[in-house]
Amino acid sequence: MNRLQQLFRDKKDICSVYFTAGYPELDDTMPVLQALENGGADLVELGMPFSDPLADGPTIQASSEQALEYGMSIKKLFEQIKDMRQTISMPVVLMGYFNPVFKYGVREFIAKCQEVGVDGLILPDLPFDEYREQYQQLFEEAGIANIFLITPQTSNERIKLIDANSKSFIYVVSSASVTGAKKEVEQKQIDYFNRVNDLGLKAPRLIGFGISNRSTFETACQHASGAIIGSAFVKLLGEYGADVGKIKKFIKSIKPED
Amino acid sequence: MSNQSKYQADENGMYGQFGGAFIPEMLYPNIENLKKVYKEIIASEAFQAEYKSLLKDYVGRPSPLYYATRLSDKYKTNIYLKREDLNHTGAHKINNTVGQILIAKHMGKERIIAETGAGQHGVATATACALMGLKCVVYMGEVDIKRQAPNVARMKMLGAEVVAAKSGSRTLKDATNEALRDWICNPEDTFYLIGSVVGPHPYPDMVARLQAVISEEIKQQIAEKTDKDYPDYVIACVGGGSNAAGSFYHFLDDERVKLVAVEASGLGIDSGETAATIALGDKGIIHGSKTFLMQSDDGQITEPYSISAGLDYPGIGPQHAHLFETGRATFLSATDKESLDAALQLTRLEGIIPALESAHALAALNKMRFKPDDSVVITVSGRGDKDMATYMERFDF
Repeated sequence: MNRLQQLFRDKKDICSVYFTAGYPELDDTMPVLQALENGGADLVELGMPFSDPLADGPTIQASSEQALEYGMSIKKLFEQIKDMRQTISMPVVLMGYFNPVFKYGVREFIAKCQEVGVDGLILPDLPFDEYREQYQQLFEEAGIANIFLITPQTSNERIKLIDANSKSFIYVVSSASVTGAKKEVEQKQIDYFNRVNDLGLKAPRLIGFGISNRSTFETACQHASGAIIGSAFVKLLGEYGADVGKIKKFIKSIKPED
Repeated sequence: MSNQSKYQADENGMYGQFGGAFIPEMLYPNIENLKKVYKEIIASEAFQAEYKSLLKDYVGRPSPLYYATRLSDKYKTNIYLKREDLNHTGAHKINNTVGQILIAKHMGKERIIAETGAGQHGVATATACALMGLKCVVYMGEVDIKRQAPNVARMKMLGAEVVAAKSGSRTLKDATNEALRDWICNPEDTFYLIGSVVGPHPYPDMVARLQAVISEEIKQQIAEKTDKDYPDYVIACVGGGSNAAGSFYHFLDDERVKLVAVEASGLGIDSGETAATIALGDKGIIHGSKTFLMQSDDGQITEPYSISAGLDYPGIGPQHAHLFETGRATFLSATDKESLDAALQLTRLEGIIPALESAHALAALNKMRFKPDDSVVITVSGRGDKDMATYMERFDF
């Protein structure tokens, strides 16, 4: 059983946190990761900055831009996290856009993920069909989960297809938006979560986009295995840097007790 | 034209190994929806009647195929200029926006969004929206808004809202990202009107079909003017590549016609200040399409440079990537300097001030050899009015 499977078997109300690698300072990747582990996060989505992040709102865009400016790259990221499994036990998933991975070489990239102990990948602009035809075998042989997104516009039929091909969780995008947009969870989103839950899917779900505080986190947890916090946490990093105390306090403010 | 051609997109929008739809799931339904209907709409009688009537009476088509006597004498061959510069709004861009706006109307969309670099596509989109009474939002890089004030004013006069893209390099690629983000957030009522043969499938194919009128007319006009029903050469400039795609479209399967695409090499291919995407030869994914693009070793998209704002896109349409890979088209490049000289030459020999983009196609004349009885068609994609500030500065008028 891998780390992701174990997490979803053992825990509910999973608190997953996204942050941009190399932000706010180039060498903050490991300190932030460590602080999240110690602070009680259950899962981390480590963002690989990209010059053209078209699914992201202003907060994550700005963090990516800054990280790139400071010299962040895929190569640098693998250097930073090469020994992470000595101290990090929670699952770590890399999230980013397909072009840098394609340029690095998908095979080499997957091999490197396996080597350093990355558990999964979220590549929103790698199309489902392209993945199945070109890369599924590669991912599965390496034991790297490819995590798919669904949105309120995704048809039930397509959700079922995605479910059948998921080796870990499904990323439930809460509304038609880019990251960091909404504040409250609306009724029509709840209807959508219920629709998804009624499909009898095998893969667990995490809800993301617009989850920023305890109230939205708790609402999301009522409808899925947990939720993903991104922009709100990146904002905190922007403000306070890799401050261990602030990071722990932030996680506690979202998810009081384990 | 049949889509069975090996140079056209297959049902997944692939041109050989290029193209496709590398988009986040949030855009999937929008793209799927468009993919399902665009061919049928374009083929429908209602669309064709309205499109043709607008092209004729509003755009001013057919655009002339003009035999350039003095230019022909100079190069000792027969040069014909396809005068897209004479279209309403001054360039080929309007062929596409008029077509897409009709598709949007058929789909019941009420709000149109577009990206623009120099503002030409923005103006053509705002024009079509004014014509149809549709709400229009144009994304434009903050840097470009400052550089292209007259076009910004035109768009505003036409009733469009111009939104500054403030992320990344604040130019065309970032305006495109912003437009895509808008579409993610407004999937139901909004139609994204892309200005070139770029972006996810079906855009490259859809835009090429709407620009195909250029080659359809060339074919007919060349038959009227020469004793052959095909030209020996068709030459066009490429940034994203929509005027070239339209100029080549009906000749793709006629291998007697040599197709020549001219990229902008800026200060030179290896200068670091260039937009000659094919010449640099790196593959990847940009704005939803697998193609040649300009990127760093880490796969970050880099900023192109050309004196011509319409050619400085860091990618190129996937069909062009395929035409290059298969050898069907020849790709040349022209520097800023070569293009300026070509613009001045055309102006002095023929009394036509071309757009800087089109000047790149004209610059190819100095890089090729023709036979005295060849017929050479060059697409003059736009007129030079918008470039007068550059011409004044460079030529010290």
